[in-house]
Amino acid sequence: MKGFSVAQRWDLVRHLQNKANVIRRDIVKMIYKADSGHPGGALSAADIVAVLYFHVMHIDPKNPKWEDRDRFILSKGHSCPVVYSALSRLGYFPREKLWTSRDVGSILQGHPDMRKTPGIDMTTGSLGHGLSAGVGMAIAGKLDQKSYGVFVMLGDGEMQEGQVWEAAMSASHYKLDNLIAIVDYNKLQVDGFVDRVMSIEPLVDKWRAFGWHTMVIDGHNIEEIMDAFQKIGTIYGSPSVIIAHTIKGKGVSFMENQVEWHCKTPTAEQMKQVMKNLVGEDDEL
Amino acid sequence: MSDRVALRKIYGQSLLTLGEMYPNIVVLDADISKSTSTCDFAKKFPERFFNFGVAEQNMLGVAAGLAASGKIPLVNTYSIFASLKACEQIRTSIAYPKLNVKIVATHGGLDVGKDGVTHQAIEDIAIMRAIPNMVVIAPADEVSVRRLLKAVIDYKGPVFLRYGRSPVPRVYKEDQDIEIGKALIIRDGSDVTFIAIGVMVNIALKAAKLMAKEGISARIVDMHTIKPLDEEILLKSAEETKAIVTAEDHTVNGGLGGAVAEWLGEHYPIPIERIGLKDTFGESGLSEDLFKHYHFTEKDFVEVAKRVIKRKQGR
Repeated sequence: MKGFSVAQRWDLVRHLQNKANVIRRDIVKMIYKADSGHPGGALSAADIVAVLYFHVMHIDPKNPKWEDRDRFILSKGHSCPVVYSALSRLGYFPREKLWTSRDVGSILQGHPDMRKTPGIDMTTGSLGHGLSAGVGMAIAGKLDQKSYGVFVMLGDGEMQEGQVWEAAMSASHYKLDNLIAIVDYNKLQVDGFVDRVMSIEPLVDKWRAFGWHTMVIDGHNIEEIMDAFQKIGTIYGSPSVIIAHTIKGKGVSFMENQVEWHCKTPTAEQMKQVMKNLVGEDDEL
Repeated sequence: MSDRVALRKIYGQSLLTLGEMYPNIVVLDADISKSTSTCDFAKKFPERFFNFGVAEQNMLGVAAGLAASGKIPLVNTYSIFASLKACEQIRTSIAYPKLNVKIVATHGGLDVGKDGVTHQAIEDIAIMRAIPNMVVIAPADEVSVRRLLKAVIDYKGPVFLRYGRSPVPRVYKEDQDIEIGKALIIRDGSDVTFIAIGVMVNIALKAAKLMAKEGISARIVDMHTIKPLDEEILLKSAEETKAIVTAEDHTVNGGLGGAVAEWLGEHYPIPIERIGLKDTFGESGLSEDLFKHYHFTEKDFVEVAKRVIKRKQGR
């Protein structure tokens, strides 16, 4: 990080770690209150989302439709509590709204809805759709000579959708270096281990073969995440993908690597455990 | 008035003018730009033309992203691939967020040349009509295409515009006003009303002339916008003629015939007959031969009209 002293950089990393922690608390609480939702994949994405929303992306919570903003598409839409939390903490909407998610009349739908939620850039929830929409936004950015970036987060199970590869092909064909995909590679999908259900390996080779610049990182190491996004800013002529190795349910001991926590609500007893696991700067519940 | 012209050619020509008028228009195609007639736009505005190869699902998804960034994407392919292969992309990524995407679908119905069932979109209108937020349009002739295309671009929201492959005769004079959602009574009559779309409008006109010789007075309504249906003209024609025949190059299930029957059943139940495919696939053949085979000729129209008039009189 140019312009940062070692101490400043350490402060920033700690700040982002704290953000990821409070996001994790929000995620589990949101799902507990709604008695419905997908904790596993939201928790695995929390560190990456924290770095994007609190460090990388140029956005303005007071002007969610700002034309020059960076865009974020959560193609694995079922993990939306992670984004809802980040948006609320940035002030896109009041925090109390978080506890209405998945209820009738809420601005926070079960899957992201760009018409109902300020700050959501694309409606998603059907796996496979998000990268194509990202290609469209990236082409529009090139046409309008804007410098914004388009970030698309995909699931590892989602790699099985054919449309992802149609989109990948078109992104490199049109040399969309303003498009950045992130694969939340937590190794689990609804029916079990991705490797057993339908192997997606060799994943890095696949993206490379489709003409993408690839990077592989630990998706829970804040410094690695920060460095990856910084390096991508210097890649020209091709889209980039970050394959982020993660742990499904990360941060909540009894959810980690447990496939049943893809879509499940914790009990009141389990909630106490969660809050012990996830100590953040904001202890308000 | 009898010169035939393919509507996709008129569309391709119109795009050249509209491309100049609307700098936000972008045109997307999936490897059939000669057939969809977007190739001339591609030559004139190469920076605003994007070919996505044989990958329609991605193309529709990209259109959603372009529309979410302020562009007006016109997405071009055969209706079968738009309405079925990329159906969920249209439904969830475009219609649900009400994004400003225009789907221009050629080769609708049996009218696809001799390619047969795999290329005949006989369910496209029914499918698109079932999707909330979607406007569904089937223009009858070249004037309709020019007028409605401009209206479609000015309208903010998703639209599915569908026509067949073959050249069709002109129905309207050049200065005819045509608006989205406003059906046109193009021939007045009192015994029966033909409510038709696309190429069937012209066949209904021929049938009405044959019927006039027998002293039967047939009204013709061009219901170019199937959704939203023009309920005002539908009610007026139902009240004034008390018998309806719908006609479409499409299955009678859920398309124009379905829409009209649903509405009449709820609001003004009178005898109705539906011309179209009767829950069957088509087959290979020239469209004029297929139209004979599936009973889409003016003589068939006359027969069906007489049948519905008899039902009305028997009441």
